[in-house]
Amino acid sequence: MNPEAAPSPNLPPAAGPRLKIIGVGGAGVRALEHLARAGFAEAPLAAVHTDARLLAQTPLATTLLLGQRLTRGLKAGDPEVGRAIAEGEIERLSELCADADLVVVVVGLGGSTGSGVAPVLAQAARETGALVLSLATLPFALEGRRRARQAAVAHRQLRTASDATILLPNEKIAALLAENASLPEALDKVNEVLALGIRGLCRLISHDGLIKVDFADLCEVVRGRQAESFLAAAEAAGEGRGPAVLRALLESPFLDHGAALARAESVLVSIASGPGLSLKEIGRFMEELNRHCADHVQMVMGAEVDPDLGDRLLVTLIGTLPPPPEETPSAPSGKRSLELEAWDLDPAETDSPETSAPGASRRAREFTAPPPRLSPDQAAALLEQRGGKKRKRRRKGVDQGQGLLPLEVVAKGRFERSEPTRHRGEDLDTPTYIRRGIRLN
Amino acid sequence: MMFKPSHHVLVGLEIGTAKICAVVGQLTPQGDLNIVGVGQRPSRGVRKGEVVDQKLAHEDIRLALHEAERMANLEIRSVFLGVTGAHLRGFNNRGRHHLPYGVSAITEADVRDTVRNARAFKLPAGHELVHLIRQHFLVDGQPGVADPLGMPASQLELDVHIVHGLQSRLQLPVDLVEKLQLEVEEVVFNGLASSLAVLSPQEKQLGALVIDLGAGATEYVVYSEGIIKHTGVLAVGGDHVTNDLAYGLKVPLRLAEELKLTHGDALLTPEARGRVLTLPSENGLDARTLNLEHLRRVMSLRLEETFQIIAEELESTRLLEYLRAGVVLCGGGSRVPNIERLARRVFGLPVSFGRTKTINSLPASLDQPEFATGIGLVRFGSFQVLKPRRRSGLASRLVRKIGGIFQPAS
Repeated sequence: MNPEAAPSPNLPPAAGPRLKIIGVGGAGVRALEHLARAGFAEAPLAAVHTDARLLAQTPLATTLLLGQRLTRGLKAGDPEVGRAIAEGEIERLSELCADADLVVVVVGLGGSTGSGVAPVLAQAARETGALVLSLATLPFALEGRRRARQAAVAHRQLRTASDATILLPNEKIAALLAENASLPEALDKVNEVLALGIRGLCRLISHDGLIKVDFADLCEVVRGRQAESFLAAAEAAGEGRGPAVLRALLESPFLDHGAALARAESVLVSIASGPGLSLKEIGRFMEELNRHCADHVQMVMGAEVDPDLGDRLLVTLIGTLPPPPEETPSAPSGKRSLELEAWDLDPAETDSPETSAPGASRRAREFTAPPPRLSPDQAAALLEQRGGKKRKRRRKGVDQGQGLLPLEVVAKGRFERSEPTRHRGEDLDTPTYIRRGIRLN
Repeated sequence: MMFKPSHHVLVGLEIGTAKICAVVGQLTPQGDLNIVGVGQRPSRGVRKGEVVDQKLAHEDIRLALHEAERMANLEIRSVFLGVTGAHLRGFNNRGRHHLPYGVSAITEADVRDTVRNARAFKLPAGHELVHLIRQHFLVDGQPGVADPLGMPASQLELDVHIVHGLQSRLQLPVDLVEKLQLEVEEVVFNGLASSLAVLSPQEKQLGALVIDLGAGATEYVVYSEGIIKHTGVLAVGGDHVTNDLAYGLKVPLRLAEELKLTHGDALLTPEARGRVLTLPSENGLDARTLNLEHLRRVMSLRLEETFQIIAEELESTRLLEYLRAGVVLCGGGSRVPNIERLARRVFGLPVSFGRTKTINSLPASLDQPEFATGIGLVRFGSFQVLKPRRRSGLASRLVRKIGGIFQPAS
């Protein structure tokens, strides 16, 4: 990776990438409040909710109340309602993320507003040309199966809508807690983990490093993959801090105790420490880390010296996992969201719009340059077109020729020659545990 | 035989993935059904419920029927043929008819028109109707009417459930049976047959979901208020479990099947954690050890997923709330230990095992979950005999039969 790589064309050379962090729904807003209380000032924070009362109390500067007419400022109640509300006020959402290059959507999935609104917001943000990272929590198992199912559906939609989705299941966060932690402690921990992730992300792209990881690198790792990502951060100080940090990372539940690292397609590593950071130390750390990754992994590394850190070593990892084989997104609102998915700014030839699933083709676009930057007028003009048949056609035209390479060779055994059993894009003949990414041993 | 037999002989033939099973039943003039013979053979030419090797399947069908004939001591001439496979689909349709003179008493002609309207649907290209099941009439929008004749109304509607499948796939087993010089009376969806065998009228009334966990495919049927609301097939079954195990534990399929039967469990219970199985050494090689936890995990994930897919589908049709009699499991897969606990967890409903309770005299050896489909086919046949009027489609079947007579000559 060339650290001196020119920034991507959609950035003006002088200013850094403009970041916007948007919390959606109760959990998302609370996480940002937590962040704001801790004195976070590196990026503007915004809150989107359907609950007027909660928004009135929030200390966040920008707030957007959705669905006032429909719910009279109460909660949405159902993800479908949340989604409908968001789709009805999509212009306001696009406006919210207008002049940003990177939009981070923070959301707690499983509820009504977060699950419904977040995918629409992510899509709207992407349409304005921004890179969209979603940071989502999944509900605790004790919240019941209905919420878990709503969360699973929302997660699928969110993953399709965002460039990268980082999932922080509450259950895994709970694993970090002491046995007798109180409820506020548990919820605080969730917020803290989210805050840690956001801070790591900001540090990654806004600080100047010795070996710089910048927005372009982040784009390269996550752009257009709709992949599931992981994010983990750890720090240690003093003697043996390198191995200690690595150990902490490998033990982190967000890396599935190292298993996620082994499956990752690309990993972005950001190392930060005080002036005492030596090249050798970085070298040793990276060597160790590489050993836990697959051979074909695309590794992007950045290092930064921050005098404030003293002798603490802080490492943030962002990685993308390979997408599950051919999963087509479920689209509850039917045509509308298909159109949203088909939305893209690539010019392409006209062709039949009827073929190929929209979710499937995008995955191959791993190294696409970021979309051209649009003036607000252009964006408005393009948004105006939404729903028109012409654009849909253009997009689908690209899809046609694109086949999927088999990402993994799985023995289908006795079903080798029979017609595959497909369900919502998954090949059910492949053992379930493989599709779910569960390792045996 | 030229004279009318005093007992109707009804034969159900299931061409399954694990076994081919022929069940012979006799319907007494009083309307009681007795099972008098069963023949079964391990099936070799079927995958996921569909015939893939005609030669082997033909042979197996012949042997199974022969065995059934010997046991029942009679000659089989026609069968009710069970079919399954991923190509089968079910949906509901509503036919509407406005009475011509405003509000008046519903006449037979009105009912006929409504039925005709309910039949006016379009199947996908290449698909053929398997079942058209009447659900209920709606008289001026009021549902749940069984017999609307004579009721005053301005509008009559009829809900029907339709099961259809790919014509080419449905024809294949029919051809195989006809090659044995037997007549196919009706083609019946296996899931429907199983539900007829295991559900009591009360359960149908209360609302029940029957899941037939077969080797090649899993069929499910939903009843509520005594009528069929939903049917479906998922081409995932016990074979998938075996295949997953073979792949996950790196053992041959034969051994995987054996391990599934001896050590399988639908749940990953705590006592299985960390336990190790030692396989007896074969041909002088070192004895192998297998992790029991892995076995259970692989198996439980697959079974859980199967239930989840069904639950999701029913959830989307909002049918789960109507199942007051809960879930009824049958088929070979219902023998897996703890499967009822898994099903209870996924569906959140009471779960029971299907017993073939609708037959008067049944040898105890036949009250097994695997025979639900075969017995259900016979039950289905008995309904056809007891019903005064034949279903339409007879003409086409006649044409086929006549065609069959002339075929050998040409």
